[in-house]
Amino acid sequence: MTASMPRRRFLTLAGGGAAFALFGATGCGGEDAADGEFSVWVLQDENVNPVSQASLDRYNGAAEVKGVLQPEVNTGYRDKVHISIGTGQRPDVFFNWGGGSIRTYAREGLLEDLTPHLDGDPAFKNAFLPSVLDAGKIDGKFFGIPMRTMQPVHMFYNTKVFGEVGVEIPETWTQFLDVCEKLKSAGITPVALAGAQSWTELMWIEYLVERIGGAQVFADIAAGTAGAWQNPAIARAIDTTRSLVDSGVFGTNFAAVEWEGGAVQQVFSSGKAAMHLMGSWEYTTQLGSAPEFARDDLAWGPFPVIEDGAGAPDAVVGNPTNYFSVTKDSAHKDAAIAYLKQEMASEAYVDGLIAIGDVPAVADITDRLSGAGNPEFAAFVYDLVAKAPSFQLSWDQAVERELASPMLDAISQVFLGELDAAGFVKANEDAAA
Amino acid sequence: MSTAFEKVAAVRRGSRRAAATPRPNFLYILPAALFFGFFALLPLVLVVALSFTTWTGIGDPEAAGMENWSRLFSDEKVLAATRTTLFLTVLSWATQTPLSLLLGVWAAGRQRNRAVLSAVFFLPLLLSSAAIALMFHRFLDPNFGLAADLGPLIGFEDGNIIGTRGGALAAIVFVVGWQFVPFHTLIYQAAARNIPAVLYDAATIDGAGRWQAFRRITLPQLRNTVVTSSTLMIVGSLTFFETILLLTNGGPGIATHVLPFLMYRAGFEGYEFGYAATIATLLVVVGTTLSLLIVRFSGFAKMRSTLEGL
Repeated sequence: MTASMPRRRFLTLAGGGAAFALFGATGCGGEDAADGEFSVWVLQDENVNPVSQASLDRYNGAAEVKGVLQPEVNTGYRDKVHISIGTGQRPDVFFNWGGGSIRTYAREGLLEDLTPHLDGDPAFKNAFLPSVLDAGKIDGKFFGIPMRTMQPVHMFYNTKVFGEVGVEIPETWTQFLDVCEKLKSAGITPVALAGAQSWTELMWIEYLVERIGGAQVFADIAAGTAGAWQNPAIARAIDTTRSLVDSGVFGTNFAAVEWEGGAVQQVFSSGKAAMHLMGSWEYTTQLGSAPEFARDDLAWGPFPVIEDGAGAPDAVVGNPTNYFSVTKDSAHKDAAIAYLKQEMASEAYVDGLIAIGDVPAVADITDRLSGAGNPEFAAFVYDLVAKAPSFQLSWDQAVERELASPMLDAISQVFLGELDAAGFVKANEDAAA
Repeated sequence: MSTAFEKVAAVRRGSRRAAATPRPNFLYILPAALFFGFFALLPLVLVVALSFTTWTGIGDPEAAGMENWSRLFSDEKVLAATRTTLFLTVLSWATQTPLSLLLGVWAAGRQRNRAVLSAVFFLPLLLSSAAIALMFHRFLDPNFGLAADLGPLIGFEDGNIIGTRGGALAAIVFVVGWQFVPFHTLIYQAAARNIPAVLYDAATIDGAGRWQAFRRITLPQLRNTVVTSSTLMIVGSLTFFETILLLTNGGPGIATHVLPFLMYRAGFEGYEFGYAATIATLLVVVGTTLSLLIVRFSGFAKMRSTLEGL
C-alpha cells in the first residue's frame, strides 16, 4: 500500500521516537545537499521516488543550481521537519500534507509565500485543478504546489452483497436510507465503519455537514468565526449521525473495529458490510489485500445527495493532495521554485505519476488517465474532483492543531451516544475557548 | 587508627558515630549523582520551568505565567483523566497484588514442577510492552479476533469488548496484569524463600495448618515486600501509557484517557509543549506524594526487619 500513503498521520509508536528526535540530535541520515544544491525532502516510497528523481534529473540537466532528492522514512518525518525547519538544517523544498501540517510554519514566516509566483504565471496556476490548489491555502495565501495523487473521500460498494439483497446503488439520501433498511432486514451491516479510530467517523460528519449546510459552514469554523459551531447544519448533521448509529446502520461493534491492520477492509470485502465511506486509497488497499474482490465486486460512487440540503451536490471532502513547499530562508529559493514550475505539471511528471496509480491534481489530463492501472477508477476520481466546486480538506487537518484532538474525541463520543448535538457544539467551543 | 572492636563499641555508645563508621567518601557517589542529576533532576527542573511557558517546539519558549496551570485546573478532561488514572491504578493494584503474592509464595516451593512453571510464568516479562499491546489488540478484534469467539461467553454478544467503556478498562487491567504479574511474582518468590524454615517448623509443632501458617507467618514476613511491590505497582500504573496508546488509543471516546496519554497528545500531537509539561509536573507531584504516603503509613520508613528476635 505504498502507492497511497494515506492520511495515516504518523505512526502510533511516535512517543519514543518523537521524544528522541526532539531532544536528541537534529538532522541525521540522508545525504545533505552541498552548497550550490537545493534539497528536496520526500517520504521514502519505492513507487514515487523514481518519478521524483526523474523530474529532478530533467531539471538538473540545464540548471546551474541542482536539486538533490532526499527520501526520508515516514516514521518521524513530521518531527524531523518540525525540528529542522527553524534551523540551518532545513530543507529547501519539502513534502507535506498541507493544512495543519504546515500552518504553524507559514504563520511563523518560515515558508515562502507562493501566491505571487502563481499569480504572476497564470499558465502555471491554471495547470492545476483550482479546488485542489485552493484547498492548500493558508490564511488566503498559497504555500504548497500539488505534487501527488488526489485522495477524495467517497463511497465504496460491495456489489456482490447489493446483488444478493437486490438493491440498487443509492444516489440520494432517501435511497441510501431505504437501502440500509433492506440490508438490515437481510442481516447485513449496511455500512462498515472503523470506529476504533475517530477520523473514519469524521468523514461522515464532514459529508453530512457539507451536504446539509454547504461549504461555508466549515469555512467559518476553520476561520474561527464566533458562533460558527452553532450553525443549525451542525446540529442536524449530528442528529442524523445519531439516528444512523441508533438504527444500526454501522452495526453494533463498530467502536472496536480497526482501520490499521485491515480489519475494516475485511469486514467490507467479506460482505459482512455492504458499504464503506473511505478515501480513494481504499481501492489500492483492497487491490492489495483482496484482489478478487477489488476486481469483480467493488464499485464506487459519490456521497449521496441530501435532497433538501443547501450544499453543492458535487462538493467533495478528503485529502486534496500532498504538496511541495519551499522554505523562506532557503539560499536556493529561486532554483527551487523554478524546479517546481518546470516539473510539477509537466507531461513527463504527470505520466510518471499516472503510471504508478496516482491521479494528479493537474488540469485537463482526462485523456492521459488511460495509462493508469485501472483507467475507470482513475477517471472516476479525477472527474469527482474536477467537477467539484469545493474540496474540503479533512477537518482534523484544517483546524488549528490543538483543536483537532478535542474535536475528534467529541465525534467519537457522538457515535458512542455520549454526546448529543448541543454537547458536541459545547465540547468544540470549550476547546477553542 | 582505632580497631574494629573500638569502632563497634563507639557506635554502640552512640558517640563519634559519623567519624567512626568506615564509609566510602563522597567521591564514590559522584558518578551516580552526576548521572542522576543530569538525566533525572535536570530534566525535571526543565519540565517544571517549561510548564510556565508556551512552546510549539520551534523557536524559543515564551513565558506564560500561570496560564497553563489555571488551564490545567479548569480542564474537565484532566479531571476525567485523573479519575481514570486513579481508577486504573487501584484496580491494577487490587488484581495484581493478590495474584502475584499467591503465585510468588507458591513458586517459592522447591519442587521441580514449580521451578519449570515459574520459568514459563516469567516469559511475558521478556516481551516488550508494545509487542504485548499489539498482540492483544489483534485478539480483541470483534469480527476476526478471539473476542469474536470468546466475547459471547463473557457477556459481549458481538465481540465488542474494546469498544465499550467497561470492556476497554478491563482489557487494559488484564493486559497490564498479564505483563507485570510475573515481575511481582518474582519479588514475592525471592522474599518467601527468605522466610526462615524454622518459623514454619515451630508452627507445625504448635499444630498450625497450611492456612494458619500462611496467614500468621508468610503474610507478616512479607510485609515489607508488599510495600515495595505496591509502591512499584502504583507508581508504575500512574505512568504506563504505551499499552493504552496501542490497545485502545484512549477510546472508546475518552473512556481510557489517562494523564500520561493527555500529556503525550498535548505535546506530540498538539505541539503544546508548555501544557504537556504542566501535565507532566502534575504527574510527578501525584506520583511522589503517593509513594511518600505509602512509605509513611506502611511503617516502611522505619525499616524494621521482619527477622528481629530470631
